[in-house]
Amino acid sequence: MAHAQATRNWRNTIRGRESITFYLFVAPWLIGFLIFTIGPVITSFILSLADYSIVTPPRFIGLDNYRDLFLDDRLFGRSLYNTGYYVVIFVPLQIALSLILALLLNQKVRGLTIYRTLFYIPSIVPVVANSILWIWILQPQWGLLNFGLSLIGIKGPLWLNSVAWAKPSLIMMSLWGSGGAMIIFLAGLQGVPQHLYEAAEIDGANRWHKFWSITIPLLTPTIFFVLVLGIIGSFQVFTQAYIMTGGGPADATLFYMFYLYRRAFVFHNMGYASAMAWILFLIILLLTIIQFVTASRWVYYEGERR
Amino acid sequence: MQQVEVQPVKEQQSYDTQATRNWRLVRRRFGPFFTQLVLAVLGLIFGLPFLWLVTTSLKANRQIFVWPPVWFPDPLIWRNYTDTFTFAPLHLYALNSLIIASAHVFGATIVSALAAYAFARLRAPGKNLLFMVVISTMMVPGVVTLVPLFILFARIGWVDTFLPLTIPVMLGGPFFIFLLRQFFLSLPEEMLEAAVVDGASQWRIWWKIAMPNATPALATAAVFSFIDAWNDFMTPLVFLNSRAKYTLALGLQVFLTEHGAEWGLLMAASTMVLLPIIVLFFFAQKQFIQGIALTGIKG
Repeated sequence: MAHAQATRNWRNTIRGRESITFYLFVAPWLIGFLIFTIGPVITSFILSLADYSIVTPPRFIGLDNYRDLFLDDRLFGRSLYNTGYYVVIFVPLQIALSLILALLLNQKVRGLTIYRTLFYIPSIVPVVANSILWIWILQPQWGLLNFGLSLIGIKGPLWLNSVAWAKPSLIMMSLWGSGGAMIIFLAGLQGVPQHLYEAAEIDGANRWHKFWSITIPLLTPTIFFVLVLGIIGSFQVFTQAYIMTGGGPADATLFYMFYLYRRAFVFHNMGYASAMAWILFLIILLLTIIQFVTASRWVYYEGERR
Repeated sequence: MQQVEVQPVKEQQSYDTQATRNWRLVRRRFGPFFTQLVLAVLGLIFGLPFLWLVTTSLKANRQIFVWPPVWFPDPLIWRNYTDTFTFAPLHLYALNSLIIASAHVFGATIVSALAAYAFARLRAPGKNLLFMVVISTMMVPGVVTLVPLFILFARIGWVDTFLPLTIPVMLGGPFFIFLLRQFFLSLPEEMLEAAVVDGASQWRIWWKIAMPNATPALATAAVFSFIDAWNDFMTPLVFLNSRAKYTLALGLQVFLTEHGAEWGLLMAASTMVLLPIIVLFFFAQKQFIQGIALTGIKG
């Protein structure tokens, strides 16, 4: 009784009422989180320890899925390699390209808005439309790219039909969509205080010095942000390969997510696919943690000076 | 007096060799020109695929498979655009995409803003812990939940309906809660305090004061969630089966598998899928640029 009384009193205080309002306000998100996020995350882990194909009830098999993946599954290794290749080549190139674009646009140039629009729009083109367009650009016989190469006397490769060039083709196409990162860099560049450049000029610094001693250090937080997001995003590359190559030729573009999709929704190996999902999750988590831990060595935060 | 002023200039001049002085002169005169040239070349590279898309969409087959490529179709085959509708109900797919995108926008603005406001402005036990949960869910790759969600939705009969594509997103998303919270935190304290003193309820303050003042941030959230929904391919691929329920992205992919060699039609269809996004960009250019900058810097 006394407890009920205390509860009622608490509910009537300003603090108490505010807390209740808080929980009412976050209730939709909280419900969604419990049902559609944390519930499935836990289920996914349990499923990864089971053999389950939807039609028959799940059967507990311990770590067998993980053992099979690492020891018996050639395609698992292959898809991991393909994805790693994509991430390692694409992410640094994307950072370099979008940074160069941002630096060019950060000067007083004519037609700034037109260029900004032109560089940015490819990044919001729906992936499916983008993929169809690029199949046609990369078409070995009639495509735009090989025509361009022929003008400078190069006979272009078969691109998507070539084991060696299929992954670079997809990377090239993704680079066309670097505009999002460019806008982030542009915002970062505009945050660099002008007085630092002026001070450096008085000290006789040339452009090159200013770039390496002011611009780059002050941009490191932005570079870090683009790097972390870029790695998380490109580990999940899927749609381009699904539409453009179907994973081929000879599994050259069978990315991790694509293989996972096939295991889950073509072969209905739900347990196996869940184990794959958890491995991907752990890889991404580990890489993100490594980046955050090593960040203090190269990322410059203004607050540190004080 | 005059000598003192002249001195540093002289000193610097004696530092420079004739060559670096010449180089500096060259750069001052041609530097901007050089930048402009590089930009023009890059602009051409970024723009050509679009030109290629549009010209191909207006070509007859006999102008598509030719070497060297034709840049200006003659005659212009506008029929490619109307013909796509006889092969695929693009207008129906567009309507489906629009319904699903509306659910995304609703969740990203109204519902996320409700939670974001609470995180920014209300005090409650457990709040900080819950906010850490919001942040950490942003890092969970969607694929981890995909398989269990498919099993769940299959059990309750939601597969091949719009429900898996609308209900979860209508409950708000961590990214948008994070984004809008930053914005609500930046609203001046007095603006909201005055209303509390007047005895307005938190609901009223949220809806009548906080929300109208958050329009720029809400517009950004709306634009981003719309694009996400419009471009999403994997979720509809997994959850939708019957053609009448396809989204544009999914419908376009099926169109590709069925008309793989008809590039005029394919480019026309792709142009039509792309067009709404480009129109949206031109109308909401500020929200795009600001939004990306906002998330980029605060993150």
